[in-house]
Amino acid sequence: MTYRIFLTRLGNGLLVLIGVAIMNFTLVHMAPGDPAMIFAGEAGGGDETYVEQLREEMGLDKPLVTQFAIYAGDLLRGDLGYSFRNQRDVASMIAERIPATLLLTMTAFGIALIIGVVFGMLGGWFRNTLLDRGLMIVTLVLYATPLFWLAMMFVLLFSVRLGWFPPFGMQSVLVPDAPLERMLDIGRHLVLPAFSLGLFYAATYARLMRASVINVSNADFVKTARAKGVPGGRILRVHVLRNAILPVFSLASVQIGQLIGGAVLTETVFAWPGIGRLMFDAILQRDYPVILGVFLTTALLVILVNIATDLLYRIVDPRIETSAGS
Amino acid sequence: MLNKTSFTVTRRMALLGATALLTLPRTTLAQTGPVEGGRLVLIARPEPATLGLGLNLQAPTIYVGGKIFESLLTYTTDLEPMPSLAKSWSISEDGLTYRFELQQNATWHDGTPFTSADVVFTADDMMRSSHPRWKLLAETYVERIEADGDFAVTFTLREPFSAFIYAFELSSLPIMARHIYEGTDYRTNPANNAPIGTGPFKFVSWNRGQSIELERYEDYWDDSAAHLDRVTFLVIPDAASRETAFEQQMVDVLRPGDVEGFVARRLSETDDVVMTTMGEEFYAPHAFIQMNLRKPPFNNLKIRQAVMHAVDRNFISNNIWFGMAAPATGPVSSRTAFYEPDVTPYPFDIEKAQSLVAESGLSGDDLKVTLTPLPYGQQWDRTAEYIAQQLTQAGLDVSIKGVDVSGWAQALSTWEFDLALNYTYQYAHPALGVARHYLSSNIIQGTPAANNEGYSNPEADRLFAEAANSVDPEETQRLYTEVQKLLVDDVALGWIFEMRSPTIYRDTVNEVVTSAIGAMDTMKATWKAA
Repeated sequence: MTYRIFLTRLGNGLLVLIGVAIMNFTLVHMAPGDPAMIFAGEAGGGDETYVEQLREEMGLDKPLVTQFAIYAGDLLRGDLGYSFRNQRDVASMIAERIPATLLLTMTAFGIALIIGVVFGMLGGWFRNTLLDRGLMIVTLVLYATPLFWLAMMFVLLFSVRLGWFPPFGMQSVLVPDAPLERMLDIGRHLVLPAFSLGLFYAATYARLMRASVINVSNADFVKTARAKGVPGGRILRVHVLRNAILPVFSLASVQIGQLIGGAVLTETVFAWPGIGRLMFDAILQRDYPVILGVFLTTALLVILVNIATDLLYRIVDPRIETSAGS
Repeated sequence: MLNKTSFTVTRRMALLGATALLTLPRTTLAQTGPVEGGRLVLIARPEPATLGLGLNLQAPTIYVGGKIFESLLTYTTDLEPMPSLAKSWSISEDGLTYRFELQQNATWHDGTPFTSADVVFTADDMMRSSHPRWKLLAETYVERIEADGDFAVTFTLREPFSAFIYAFELSSLPIMARHIYEGTDYRTNPANNAPIGTGPFKFVSWNRGQSIELERYEDYWDDSAAHLDRVTFLVIPDAASRETAFEQQMVDVLRPGDVEGFVARRLSETDDVVMTTMGEEFYAPHAFIQMNLRKPPFNNLKIRQAVMHAVDRNFISNNIWFGMAAPATGPVSSRTAFYEPDVTPYPFDIEKAQSLVAESGLSGDDLKVTLTPLPYGQQWDRTAEYIAQQLTQAGLDVSIKGVDVSGWAQALSTWEFDLALNYTYQYAHPALGVARHYLSSNIIQGTPAANNEGYSNPEADRLFAEAANSVDPEETQRLYTEVQKLLVDDVALGWIFEMRSPTIYRDTVNEVVTSAIGAMDTMKATWKAA
């Protein structure tokens, strides 16, 4: 059954991907700015003939429909295109950036989930207490704080003032040779960007989790458990948490895309060499193949995470499997 | 025949030393000489798309590529030519022949000897197809380029062109390796991302999004240069992070534009930090308001005069650019050859601007314009806001149209603008960096570095042409003086300020700015105190 659902989701995902490719192509080409002109400008200026020559070399002289047909043909062959500007395959450009972005976003995602769930659970379970109020004020502040400002404050406090963590980059200039030292070096660089990206989402999850815990706590099966004398900790762990966390999973799966979007800012402030920055630079330079490649890869990531969440959902809450089956 | 102007390495080196002593900012004087070794950490901003200098002339490509590649010449801060890959040169009396004697012990970073064939290939083949500025110059003026043996090259011009001696700077004619590029597609050659040059530092690695690593080229032709072991360029896209990196001593040098002016001012007040506004003499960036002269209201001279009177150039220089700018008086920078200060002044006078707008006879929608700012950071944004405010006060109806760099370039390149902020590099000589903005023949689409405003005056065309061909310096000055007065009277553009962007570095770093292109140059003389 799970296998069938997986295939269905995969099929749906493929349709979404095709839609995304068409939409991206159209939107990117509608944006003002001509890659050939930008390239000519960077080469020190050039006349119309030179710009036309560049446009021809970039394949931009053909009708838009023809350009799309070429793009679609390349995609079917698994070719994301060639960046004329960077003189490199788009796939290799993305491939070398993906690990950094995944490391950042997944760490941030983990931080957001752990903090969000723990804060929300405590707030909901001990609702209307001082602890609850304190935690909710913290989450409200985090939620209301712009991501870039939080990032800069982190740098000022933990890097400039306290000197605990490096202010930017993914590795030190003198990269340690030993694998363990290298991992620790990357880990130290990861702390500030991951927390500044993760805390914003942690606030969202905490508030949702709190509401969900309160809601589930009032459910009949929890009252029954209490009446049967089940200890509070066990009720929370087995009955409340498992049910209350489902909405958080739902939201988290949807927010993965936003998380990658948020990574653009975080990667810029912390000079993190990920896909977000690649996308930002490519947009500024109107590097169409890179923009399209990054958009498509991001969409693919979101689709895959959503499928994974769907499957995880069924593990956490077997009732969904039954309901889908019936 | 070829003895009119002859220079030798010794004389030029002496000149360089004297210039450096007289004009450069304080350095670590306790040291008796350069310290060998060490790592210099710089910032690549934004990350270069490629390191193929000559194919991409973005500032970061020149900054990084400038340590790897060289041209035939470089220039002192007084704009005197100095040796680089050419050890000496001479110009014939008729101004038609330029002969360069080349360094005989220079090699490419893969060990292949550097010869005149590389120069001929670069100038006559590669750059003609890939470098639009050189292409235009070569097609207009160069009759032929010939090698004379392995270590001499002669450029023969069709007509005299006194600015030609300034065409041999890094970004104008970087010498590329014939054995790497000949017979290949220049733009897709793998060497563009792993370059092989003749410069003091050779390419080691490029960790995309993070850093570019160079190391000393042990066989560099100048035994007395290249003191640093390593040069590292960190990719730091955010301005606040660049500031932090410098303050945390993770970066040694900030080149012009790495931080905003107000940050530069603050950093310069730190004890162990040196700031200089020297090292931009060759480019002499010159900022202006570009007005579209093809349509109302800017096809009306009185409106253009009103713009000049409405904008307080001193205020912009001192308050928005924090003193790192000087008011511009006309089309030529005071740091460029043949500058003429005695032109019609347009003092700040808002009432005069208002009356000029009234006298123009224009009203209503004719005075409704959009201003396209240059999207290069906060100071440009503030400049645009100030100008919009002043012009509104003068009687125009100005709205700001914010775009990114691509949108800005497209607006100017296709003439779809009313008012736009822009700046130009002057390349040491009006014939190279100034005339292109005013010549009728350069009213072309496709680049924001042309006569985008649509100014056309046969007299200006004639004066620029005659000045470019003149070999007599006095006559050249007379012609350039005349054309500057004419352009200022016509208000062909609204010149605002000369940028004096700072280079900032720690006082342990020495000889950062040794030429007219400052930190963009090879840094072969740069060293770090132990």
